[in-house]
Amino acid sequence: MIVYGVALLSVCLIAGMVIGEALGVLLQVEANVGGVGIAMLFLVFASNSEKFKTLTEGASGDGIKFWSAMYIPIVVAMAARQNVAAAVDGGMLALLAGVAAVVVSFALVPVLSKLGKAPVVRETEEIK
Amino acid sequence: MEILETVFVRNNLIVAFAVVGVTIWISYFLANTLTQGRIHGSAIAIALGLLAAYFGGVATGGSTGVADVALLSGIGLMGGGMMRDFAIVATAFGVHLSELKKAGVAGVVSIFAGVIVSFIVGAAIAVMFGYTDPAEITTIGAGAVTYIVGPVTGEAIGASGEVITLSVAAGLVKSILVMIGTPLVARFIGLDNPQSAMVFGGLMGTTSGVAAGLAATDPKLVPYGAMTATFYTGVGCLLGPSILFFIVSGMF
Repeated sequence: MIVYGVALLSVCLIAGMVIGEALGVLLQVEANVGGVGIAMLFLVFASNSEKFKTLTEGASGDGIKFWSAMYIPIVVAMAARQNVAAAVDGGMLALLAGVAAVVVSFALVPVLSKLGKAPVVRETEEIK
Repeated sequence: MEILETVFVRNNLIVAFAVVGVTIWISYFLANTLTQGRIHGSAIAIALGLLAAYFGGVATGGSTGVADVALLSGIGLMGGGMMRDFAIVATAFGVHLSELKKAGVAGVVSIFAGVIVSFIVGAAIAVMFGYTDPAEITTIGAGAVTYIVGPVTGEAIGASGEVITLSVAAGLVKSILVMIGTPLVARFIGLDNPQSAMVFGGLMGTTSGVAAGLAATDPKLVPYGAMTATFYTGVGCLLGPSILFFIVSGMF
């Protein structure tokens, strides 16, 4: 049943959001702390687990894959509802602050990616 | 005309599906014919979406781009936070735990590094523009983190309305630039594997920007980047009005 997969996906999202919201209250910040990320972890656990096989295989799995495939269209709709006019109106300060933050962050990607790879390199050397 | 309008408004989400579908079809057609596939079809579709959002915003004076046009109000629902988060979580289907573990530490480090670096850059530019009040500098710095962290921080530490608006604008610029810029720089920053995607998500942090940027680069990388990016705003809201504000207050 397709709806089983959709329901599993929904339960993961709601559970993650509740935890994210609770974390926000706990840390006294007015934001959901990682709700979506936690929901994704739940789905990863479920799809890697034997127990949830009936909810993630066959037609049920198609229910999840459909929403995964709808991701790009949803992102296009999301782009179309951004407040681009306000960003343009923000003036030089907003423009410079935004651009500079992105450029510096882009530059840091290869630097921090190495951090993730370093231990793997050492392991392969030891095997040799 | 009136009949058409009634039908469109009453079925706004369905209209959105059709409009987005046609937009994507046109985008892929353009990508294949004009650029021989060098620019990803979804990158063009996202750019078209942003362009439409600009004109929608200018025409209506609203804050949700093209969704403020009555006939296209369904775009607001389709592209809203609820559907976005639902689809993002769905992309995690089929992700292997081992891939996540490999970049675990780098991913966590990148979230904190990303928040702090964006904040410093934003705050430095605020100082360059002559701001001397710690609350104002902190708020603009927080805006460079994301457009949610800016107002949350600004309201918590009592910054003025204009400065909060500026911080939102800075965050929006960041988010839009990540959407457009990511596919262009992906090759140069080694953004082609799950580990670097996780680091990328943590450093950029804007969920919308990361979601769209990675979709236009390689949809397979989306779940990894989105996973870390969703923690970023929370960490930003945590650090902004507290440690970062205290540090700025100590300096000015």
